[in-house]
Amino acid sequence: MSTTLLVVQTLNGLQFGILLFLIAAGLTLVFGVMDFVNLAHGVQYMIGAYLAATFTALTGNFLWGLLLALPTALVVGIILEVLVFRHLYERDHLSQVLATFGVILFLNEAVKLIWGAAPLGVPVPEMLSGNVVLMDGVLYPVYRLVIIGAGLAVALLLYFGVNHTRVGMLVRAGASNPRMVSALGVNIGRLFMIVFGFGAMLAGFAGIMVAPILSVEPGMGDNLLILAMVVIVIGGIGSIRGAFIAALLIGLVDTLGRSFFGDLLRLFMPAATASQTGRAIAPMLIYILMAAVLFFRPAGLFPARR
Amino acid sequence: MRGLKKVLLSAVAFAALGGVAQAAPAEKVKIGLVTTLTGPSAVLGQQIRDGFLLSVQQNGGKIGGIEAEVIVVDDEQKPDVAVNRVRGLIERDKVDFVVGPVFSNIAVAMFKPVVQSETFFISPNSGTSNFAGRDCSPYYFVTSYQNDQMHGVLGKHAQNEGLKRVVLMVPNYQAGKDSVAGFKRHYEGEIVDEIYTSLGQLDFSAELARIAALQPDALFTFMPGGMGVNLTKQFRQAGLADKVKFLSAFTVDETTLPAQRDDAVGFFGGANWAPDFDNEQSKAFVAAYEAAFDNVPGTYAMQAFDAAQLLDSAVRGVGGDLSDKDAVRAALMKADFPSLRGEFTFNHNGYPIQDFYLVKAAKREDGKYQTEIVEKIFDDYADDYAGQCRLGS
Repeated sequence: MSTTLLVVQTLNGLQFGILLFLIAAGLTLVFGVMDFVNLAHGVQYMIGAYLAATFTALTGNFLWGLLLALPTALVVGIILEVLVFRHLYERDHLSQVLATFGVILFLNEAVKLIWGAAPLGVPVPEMLSGNVVLMDGVLYPVYRLVIIGAGLAVALLLYFGVNHTRVGMLVRAGASNPRMVSALGVNIGRLFMIVFGFGAMLAGFAGIMVAPILSVEPGMGDNLLILAMVVIVIGGIGSIRGAFIAALLIGLVDTLGRSFFGDLLRLFMPAATASQTGRAIAPMLIYILMAAVLFFRPAGLFPARR
Repeated sequence: MRGLKKVLLSAVAFAALGGVAQAAPAEKVKIGLVTTLTGPSAVLGQQIRDGFLLSVQQNGGKIGGIEAEVIVVDDEQKPDVAVNRVRGLIERDKVDFVVGPVFSNIAVAMFKPVVQSETFFISPNSGTSNFAGRDCSPYYFVTSYQNDQMHGVLGKHAQNEGLKRVVLMVPNYQAGKDSVAGFKRHYEGEIVDEIYTSLGQLDFSAELARIAALQPDALFTFMPGGMGVNLTKQFRQAGLADKVKFLSAFTVDETTLPAQRDDAVGFFGGANWAPDFDNEQSKAFVAAYEAAFDNVPGTYAMQAFDAAQLLDSAVRGVGGDLSDKDAVRAALMKADFPSLRGEFTFNHNGYPIQDFYLVKAAKREDGKYQTEIVEKIFDDYADDYAGQCRLGS
């Protein structure tokens, strides 16, 4: 029984990690390429989820919801870029933090005005609502496997896009020396807009994908934003590869820690103390991990080359 | 200049009139309604506001036949904000009654400033153990329940049904621990595991895998708000719904069902009322509420509606004269109003004595979701702390 539980929990950890990666990828892209601290990334994730809920309800089909919500999330991202973020690129990080924090407050309230304060739900698409039998008596929801697949696809797409395409090359060049790229005749402003819009769309995609398993509610992105920040700090700011590995690491440490840390402690101490200590320390594990990484490798596991 | 004179004159005349009318009924009943209208739990606060105002509106904007002014303030679910705003209500607006809040920690913070100013404090939702027991006050009345009772309903039900093995799962904070204590008070079977999650947890896959491995007869949980939505969806998706009975408090109700939808249908909760409650006034209330606000009222709205009815009966009972506090208290204590839940009386500590039911989430014919009463679990249940309260003895 214990090994099957271990397998399931490992899968759960991977799935949580992939979810974190979907959010962190856009964040690290914007942060790394544009040197722009975007706290509003979490609300863009929330907007993706709300759009998915709306369009799924309108069309009655999750796939249509996804196809409509994705470009809308992109448009919302670009509107925000033009209205707010564009004017902040030249400012220091503190101004960026303050302004994007303001955007969080504004959008959280706006969402409440438009959709109401009550949480919304999106049903899991009929086709993907079943369970797969992994082993004897061990079920795993199909939809969660779909999330893992989608995350892996995004990771591949990003890897290929950034490293092997012309736009990707410009993005990398723009990251290391924007003035030179501009002097060579590339419209750096538009490039940044594309990167930002893409980042917003990634956040929106994450929101859309989680809508069927999580409640869609105002402020749903705020907690995840913190975890996404931890991911990009551990992975190395600006590194997609770092974000991928750090996200999986955090997903696994968090899930396995929550489920087995208490049992592990039970080997050394009495049961009651073990479960109490376990439940106190388990939620801290990822932050302990972050502190350790920062101590030994202050730039993160895979610092982006500058 | 002339205009100013006119104003002054009329002010003097007004004051003189007021002086003559001293012993007569108050001209206006002022009520401060403190509730949570922003943040993730705003939907609970909105139900309380809407339920209360619906009753006032049905009485033609009056309380006890006297024109009512209801000042609605938002506590932002922050104790410090609540204290500041309620001080303003008492000192600046000089309200006659304070009604609110949603959350117990806010109530604890507001309690002192309100009762020390000898203003009557009516709680439409939170009912902590300390104010029911040792710290009870003659100025504090609760139209909801004592918090433990809602958890106790499920414990009693599990005991009655002879469920042998139960897993408990709650967020790791004070209300979560109280919930576990409330359940255990009435349940004597084996508790296989107590799982404490972090507050605000989104993904329960790890915990659900553990529950699946333990194979208990039932899960008892307390996951208010968004956590409850996440949990019920994931519980259903993990295929546990057919194997493990889902017992919960504050997890499946009218505020979360619009998001949980089919995933929560058939899941159990405990309550002092449900929208399908079978009496005249309750049916009329549900119909009026749904027509006005386009959502199904939960216990929050019901308790706030009853709070307004309580005030109406008390102001009427003293003939509108709010200056004699003892008379007002006696009138409140009578609870002489047609409660939506039928029988309703106050215990000596200002907490209700009422029936509790097992409720079950269901889909209505019109496609909306609500909880429905399954069976009565407790009859005329007074809370377990009333004995520690020395009032009226």
